[in-house]
Amino acid sequence: METTFLLNGETVTAQTGPTTTLLDWLREGRGMCGTKEGCNEGDCGACTVMVTDDAGAKALNACILFVPQLAGRAVRTVEGIAAPDGTLHPVQRAMVDHHGSQCGFCTPGFVVSMATAHLNGRQDHDDQLAGNLCRCTGYAPIIRAAEAAATAPVPAHLTDSPDGAGDLMPLDDFAAWYAENPKATLVAGATDVGLWVTKQFRDLGEVAFLNRVDGLRETSSTPDALYIGAMVSMTEALDMIAAEYPSYGAMIRRYGSVQVRNAATMGGNIANGSPIGDNPPALIALGAQLHLRRGRVLRQIALEDFFLDYGKQDRQPGEFVTGVTIPRGQDAHRVYKLSKRFDQDISAVCGAFNVTVVDGVVTQARIAFGGMAGIPKRASSVESALIGHPWVQETIEAGVAAFAQDFTPLSDMRASAAYRLEAAQNMLRRYFAELSGAATDVQAVQP
Amino acid sequence: MSIGTALPHDAATLHVTGDARYTDDIPTPDGTLHLAFGTSEVARGKILTVDLDAVRRAPGVVAVLEAGDLPHANDVSPSVHDEPLLATGEVHYLGQPIFLVVAKSHLQARHAARLGRVKVAEERPILGIDEALAANSRFEDGPRIWTKGDVDAALKDAPNRLQGRIEMGGQEHFYLEGQAALALPQEGGDVVVHSSTQHPTEIQHKVAEALGLPMHGVRVETRRMGGGFGGKESQGNALAVSCAVAASLTGRPCKMRYDRDDDMMITGKRHDFRIDYDVGFDDSGRIHGVDFTQATRCGWAMDLSLPVADRAMLHADNAYDLPTCRITSHRLKTNTQSATAFRGFGGPQGVVGIERVMDEIAHATGLDPVTIRQVNYYAAMADGGPAPRPLASPRDISGQKKFGTTPYGMEVTDFILHEMTEALLVTSDYAVRREAIKAWNTQNTILKKGIGFSPVKFGISFTLTHLNQAGALVHVYQDGSVHMNHGGTEMGQGLFQKVAQVAAARFGIDVGAVKITATDTGKVPNTSATAASSGTDLNGMAVAAACDTIRDRIAACLAELHQARVEDVRFADGKVDVGATSMTFAEAAMCAYQNRVSLSATGFYKTPDLSWDRIKGEGRPFFYFAQGAAITEVVIDTLTGENRILRADVLHDAGSSLNPALDIGQIEGGYVQGAGWLTTEELVWDAVGRLRTHAPSTYKIPACNDRPDIFNVALWDSPNPAQTIYRSKAVGEPPFMLGISAHLALSDAVAACGAGYPDLQAPATAEEVLRAVNRARA
Repeated sequence: METTFLLNGETVTAQTGPTTTLLDWLREGRGMCGTKEGCNEGDCGACTVMVTDDAGAKALNACILFVPQLAGRAVRTVEGIAAPDGTLHPVQRAMVDHHGSQCGFCTPGFVVSMATAHLNGRQDHDDQLAGNLCRCTGYAPIIRAAEAAATAPVPAHLTDSPDGAGDLMPLDDFAAWYAENPKATLVAGATDVGLWVTKQFRDLGEVAFLNRVDGLRETSSTPDALYIGAMVSMTEALDMIAAEYPSYGAMIRRYGSVQVRNAATMGGNIANGSPIGDNPPALIALGAQLHLRRGRVLRQIALEDFFLDYGKQDRQPGEFVTGVTIPRGQDAHRVYKLSKRFDQDISAVCGAFNVTVVDGVVTQARIAFGGMAGIPKRASSVESALIGHPWVQETIEAGVAAFAQDFTPLSDMRASAAYRLEAAQNMLRRYFAELSGAATDVQAVQP
Repeated sequence: MSIGTALPHDAATLHVTGDARYTDDIPTPDGTLHLAFGTSEVARGKILTVDLDAVRRAPGVVAVLEAGDLPHANDVSPSVHDEPLLATGEVHYLGQPIFLVVAKSHLQARHAARLGRVKVAEERPILGIDEALAANSRFEDGPRIWTKGDVDAALKDAPNRLQGRIEMGGQEHFYLEGQAALALPQEGGDVVVHSSTQHPTEIQHKVAEALGLPMHGVRVETRRMGGGFGGKESQGNALAVSCAVAASLTGRPCKMRYDRDDDMMITGKRHDFRIDYDVGFDDSGRIHGVDFTQATRCGWAMDLSLPVADRAMLHADNAYDLPTCRITSHRLKTNTQSATAFRGFGGPQGVVGIERVMDEIAHATGLDPVTIRQVNYYAAMADGGPAPRPLASPRDISGQKKFGTTPYGMEVTDFILHEMTEALLVTSDYAVRREAIKAWNTQNTILKKGIGFSPVKFGISFTLTHLNQAGALVHVYQDGSVHMNHGGTEMGQGLFQKVAQVAAARFGIDVGAVKITATDTGKVPNTSATAASSGTDLNGMAVAAACDTIRDRIAACLAELHQARVEDVRFADGKVDVGATSMTFAEAAMCAYQNRVSLSATGFYKTPDLSWDRIKGEGRPFFYFAQGAAITEVVIDTLTGENRILRADVLHDAGSSLNPALDIGQIEGGYVQGAGWLTTEELVWDAVGRLRTHAPSTYKIPACNDRPDIFNVALWDSPNPAQTIYRSKAVGEPPFMLGISAHLALSDAVAACGAGYPDLQAPATAEEVLRAVNRARA
């Protein structure tokens, strides 16, 4: 395939296969070795590049970014961060001055993440750099560098103005094509599909890049509901969702990392059917509706009905997810993500709670979990144990007792079955305590 | 003066621009081939058949090698020749290399390596400590046992006694740059190897064996590693040997780098340990005797496990004068990756054992955990504080004061933790905060805070005494620029910068005039691994010796020319003064050159005053002790076990720091890495011996947000009484152990949940913290 894009300000055309990663193309095709491979799965950030399109500049992991995804966009690698005359970018200068590098292998990725955050005026450094691992410094000097550079002006050469990808494929045409080619692999953000290629060597067969399809990135907001198109990135979704559901927003800030959220899409996270995807439990607890399309046939279902069994979804051959509708105004919605590491970790358990209490009595309850079964799943026995009962500790304990009817979780490297069950039960206790005003969040505690 | 100046890392600008070149970044000649291993899918068994037809047919494959195809030695062990590069008849762990694919690209090699069909008659693997003990599967004939005094009597007579056990997991190095090597065939069968290694001489040695060459036929070069942490002391052998053999067989350059998952599946990690303890103590918390039983899984091959396990025994006392003790050490052979060197080299595991004992005594007595430690500290170096003892050997003052003796019979004469602890208690506001935490905990039912203190006293020197040597090669060119080379390797710790500062100081020139060059076995031979925190101590001295040789030659030349005394030739501020005459260093170099003075010299250093019998556990294995202390505050969620480090205060002893910025960098990084080991970093093997945590998606090193919110790090700046380079102290490994304070703080927070002892194991994942909460409440 031929892909034309800007590379450090110059137009280049890459001849690659559909699943050649940007990282391999840079290092092996162009001999540009500043961008490093640390993990080849999007978890360490050593390969971070800045990609600019009409939505602005964002940091992405080049190791799971396929070259054709770059059509009409601009890529800036670590080699393009300093000025053409060699003057260091403010974040580079600060990294030197504050001793932010030791072995230096993660440093190019940090520098690109920092320069991108700097360009975008972001000063939430811990969040902006959660996707960059460093094994030497303990991060303290890197954060000092980020703080020191924060107020410096953005160097002019860093602002790219790519041409854009030209005409996108109309959604109707894509729907017709996919109905005819149901075995094709759909690539949304490639944060999961990328690993099929880099780690599993899977042959994807025919590949359709959904970023070239028009009409999947729509968002809308009405008094009753939010609509998020399938190709809306988790970064874009975060802003919308955090405004309406702060607890859900706080969870999305821990979903992957900046680089992963910039690539990952709402539709991808749902359509891949993972039992540990973090959006489905939160959305199920909100009563979200999923929109599907096959050819000209549109369908809308309750999200929880999409997940049939492990690896099996209610999606026909040639059918694809177009978006999700999220009801608004449910103030009691809380999401708890539990993982070994706070940031950028896959959930052991992700619990979402949405209980309606009227005059002290539970009238409705929507509780859903990821990581507790082969699919994202509602805790219907727990819900039943709550509904119709007074919103008191005794009722909560009855709900806790009902968990074993809903879930028989597995043990794996993230958590044991017993811990998953106990933690899920305790999340219900936490939910009650939090709504009662108790301090329950270790992140909110000050030294 | 460049000494003591907080200069940046020498490659900092190269790092931030992406120009710093690592092994995989070296431009390769056309036709370079790429390698990948096909590895075992079972943990133990006899190989029945190996079908590699599909591998050979795969696109781009040039050759596929099995053990029988290797021309000479099939061994990559750094110790006892028990580690075949490619399996011979049997497999000993899941992930063991069985065959080697040589292909036209890295991806083609990796892809083809998956296509092998290996049939193995599976045997039941020995995976756990109890299984290995039951099967008597171990290295060495039996356990090593060192004793001091009559521990059984002390335990029997002590007013109080308790027993317990702590298990601590291993740790993946997770150097950001995976293992990598590149071999370039030379004329006459020689080979040049670029290797990401802490030990170029070992690479040279193993490659020479594999090619049937004298060591002079192999030259190894290492400019830098993207992190090492001990993981590149021996684990790079397999790649370098593979590249050299494949290059020899094909006549083409060969490169190998592990994909991250391969790296984690194949290479060794920190040794996990289980330590049982039986301790007797009085009501003040003073220990009368302690009996430790340490058991560690060494994996399938010996590698460096014996000295690692020795060092765990050597640090079973940490900072405490134990009147009697027994340390029993089981080095178990298991069907897992061969555990290897990792920052601290067994020391941290030994320290965790005794710190756990202190924690449980504090819980049992109700006394302050810091007080318990102070009561047990070794005697102070000197009354009246940390005054240096310049020039005098530490032994010279032993007549004036009664010093404590380690379990291995070494007198501790440089102990400064009394003063350091008092200082840290003040700067961290410990007493006030401890009360505030108690009050906070009474007002919070779901969240609990805790505070923990831990000191470290870490012995500096290789315990294999002959390794305590280093060489250097220094050239001064006629323009006054300096080319510096030594046997140490740069893995991010700033060794090259520190040693360049030494060279600059010896010549009285700006550090920018000193060119730092890649470690090269052709320049400095027979080097030791850059390990045991000794890089600067050893190589700094060797470089100083080389520089002094040249400087003295220049001085003699100038003295003669100017009719001055040699002592009156002064090198400072980029100038050389001879009596009333002043010239630039460059002019002095030119003058010496024109007077036919050699401006090239080697330097050599060996650490004095070492003697050690590792079987008896007796002697003086260490030149001195580096020390430090940390206080950490955490908060836990008693519903899920989730937790966070709120604040850490660290005071660390780097002697007279050569470069405070680099030393603080080691301390901050070491603390976070140590805390990671004991909290989120969990290695999980399943029932058949497959490591399930083999990528950053499943193995969680600390991320940015995991560092302490408040992180105060200070240097205890006082000269090393031992005669080290500019009286500095080694700083690579010791601060790693300061992270133990985070684990102790978690234990303290859990203890606020109930009367029971938390018995917190490691790593203290959220799951383990919740288990401990349940124990405390039971």
